[in-house]
Amino acid sequence: MESAKMQHHQPRIGVYVCHCGLNIAKTVNCNQVSQLAEKHDDVIVARDISYACSDPGQESIKNDITENKLDRIVVASCSPRLHEPTFRQMLLSAGLNPYLLEMANLREHCSWVHMHEPDAATAKAVDLTQMAIARVRQLQPLEPETLPLTKRTLVIGGGVAGIQASLDLADNGYDVVLVEKKPSIGGIMAQLDKTFPTMDCSI
Amino acid sequence: MTDVGRHPRIKLYSMSEVADVKGYVGNFEVKIIKKARYVDEKECTACGDCATVCPVVRPDEFNHGLSSRKAIYSPFPQAVPSAYVVNTSECLGHNPVVCAKCVEACDKGCINFHMSDKEITEKVGSIIVATGMEPYDPTEMDEYGYTRFENVLTSIEFERLINAGGPTRGNLIRPKDRKHPSSIGFIQCVGSRSARKGHSYCSNVCCMNTIKSTLVLKEHAPNIDLKVFYIDIRAFGKGFEDLYKRSRRLGVHYVRGLPGNVEELPDGSLKVAVENAATGELEFYVFDMLVLAVGVQPSRGTRRLQEMLGLQLNSDGFYLEAHPKLLPVDAATRGVFYAGCSEGPKDIKETVTQASAAAVRAIRLMHKGEILTEPITAEVVAEDCKFCGMCAEVCSYNAITVDKKKKTPAMVNTAACAGCGTCAAECPFDAISMNHFTDGQIVTQIDQMLELDSQEKILAFACNWCSYAGADYAGVSRLQYPPNVRLIRTMCSGRVDESFIWHGLNKGAPIVLVSGCHIGDCHYIDANRWTEKRVEKIRKKMEKWGIRPERLQLEWISAAEGMRFSKTMQQLEKMRREVTPKEISETIEILKEKLQ
Repeated sequence: MESAKMQHHQPRIGVYVCHCGLNIAKTVNCNQVSQLAEKHDDVIVARDISYACSDPGQESIKNDITENKLDRIVVASCSPRLHEPTFRQMLLSAGLNPYLLEMANLREHCSWVHMHEPDAATAKAVDLTQMAIARVRQLQPLEPETLPLTKRTLVIGGGVAGIQASLDLADNGYDVVLVEKKPSIGGIMAQLDKTFPTMDCSI
Repeated sequence: MTDVGRHPRIKLYSMSEVADVKGYVGNFEVKIIKKARYVDEKECTACGDCATVCPVVRPDEFNHGLSSRKAIYSPFPQAVPSAYVVNTSECLGHNPVVCAKCVEACDKGCINFHMSDKEITEKVGSIIVATGMEPYDPTEMDEYGYTRFENVLTSIEFERLINAGGPTRGNLIRPKDRKHPSSIGFIQCVGSRSARKGHSYCSNVCCMNTIKSTLVLKEHAPNIDLKVFYIDIRAFGKGFEDLYKRSRRLGVHYVRGLPGNVEELPDGSLKVAVENAATGELEFYVFDMLVLAVGVQPSRGTRRLQEMLGLQLNSDGFYLEAHPKLLPVDAATRGVFYAGCSEGPKDIKETVTQASAAAVRAIRLMHKGEILTEPITAEVVAEDCKFCGMCAEVCSYNAITVDKKKKTPAMVNTAACAGCGTCAAECPFDAISMNHFTDGQIVTQIDQMLELDSQEKILAFACNWCSYAGADYAGVSRLQYPPNVRLIRTMCSGRVDESFIWHGLNKGAPIVLVSGCHIGDCHYIDANRWTEKRVEKIRKKMEKWGIRPERLQLEWISAAEGMRFSKTMQQLEKMRREVTPKEISETIEILKEKLQ
């Protein structure tokens, strides 16, 4: 089923190897990585780029997408935990499905941890980028679903935390169901005498 | 507090507990049990006529038994709701022959003994857990004599004793003989920072609570002799150090060292033996009264709610947040947020801050009136499903339903599916496809990686939340490790299919690593338990087939354990060097036969 969906047309992949200033480029030969990436099937454009996440960096990728009709993007830069949302947004604004992006982590998982072995680091960067190319070829567009939601909050516990959260929500126009185990709200706070640092009463 | 009682948007259920929560983010259905109060909450004016005539006298819990109340009572003067409540286990009964005096006394007729517990269902979109804490009970710390000596109090009891609204109207007397104490000792860290009794963590609030008490006492009686026994004074908050210094300036004596023993003298005063860490001497002090600065522990209902909502606890028993720095009030379960001490010991300011943060996080989720679901969810290939029910069994979110009897294919509730992929890995018929992490998408990465020089490379699977983040942290910390590892990211280690391992070994990988969150810290409740079981199962097979099981490694690495990640990589590289090309080709031969 997977492959049936995929075979609509030949993918057109763009690969961007980020220098991250010198963070990656000092250790990894980014030019070599992009040149080897270009040799892969379906890779239409492969470039090394000084800062992929910067506005000019993103603009140049977006231009490539339009000019070369790219439909899948590999960004070989930092951790996807950092910039995956950035580049997904970029794909979206270029008219592509944001899930047709794959990142290769050349910074946290490569240049920063193999600083004294530039050749081995470059070899690893090549592998990571090529793994990303292989993967991006197989990715499928995904669409989030929209579900209705009840605009009410259950607050469990009527101590100072529950009271504050309930009031903030209610004052913002949200209905609150506050559940308290005891006959009165107030919790431990209500039992305290003066409270630091203001030394005023707790209730 | 009164604002809550009269706010038109807040529905307050007192004497109530959450009994069950069904549904998922945006659409929870909550069952609440409201216990009978036997007094009409809306009608009661809290005039107290009922309590005046009630013949039953009991210790008042709010004042920790330092005063008494009746069987029909108001919890405390500022209570919200302000209505009285009947404790039926103490009440003599509403039969007029026996008692029912309160019913007669109440002109408005608010008291109704026919009330019963109610079950209420409410629909909500988000949940804030603010179940708080309870003070540590120092009964087990017998060396301080809490249960034996009347003049040894906990800090909470002491709070009631000096409170203007408390049992003595703020008049400080010691319980045994109602004498005004002229000397008071405070013992810190009772139930906190202890390896033996109580808890190992710092309770955060006790130092400042004691400092505050000394200031209040010195204000009322400048000549009172106050000593504080402590390990460290933790006055780290804004303005806290000033209060601590003020306390010292006012003559409060701080002694570094926790007492080993407390004895009661015939006049009710207490003799404390302590090794003063500053002098190294064993010193003795006598006090009229002793206050134990008790720590904070998770409240009793914590675990029940944890199970009900699929939450996680840390090793100290407090709720675990989704991320300690970036998502400090979010639970890993979408739509659930934490506020206050249920997440960890904290003071009032921090609690209020966190509660406001939790409210905003809930608003951020709800303001559009609809939610976008993450499309990285499991999808059933209906024609391949054999209705075995394995997927439903492994799903920690109850997001999959299979009717084994009617033989209807499994169905995934995409709103409830969190996207860990454990079902896809466990399905014996490959009938579940995990969006964005399909078998094909992962296998192609393995193929590409092992295409050349496979014997040089370590194939490693890492989960997005912990071990991949741990590898990121190793990078940020510039921890150097051998460059032979290639990481494949999945959302959860639970996604790592048995077939991926065989595929990797078959393609010549010398070492395969599966890594994820520590057991108990799994981002997907407990999906990594399935990882653990699976790896164990595969290792057994490897052993049986004559493949060294050590070539498949399992490591739990948290997002903060960059060091552990880098050490693991060094160990794996050592192991990799021991795997000979001959061993690899033998494995490939074995697998060729076995995997047919």
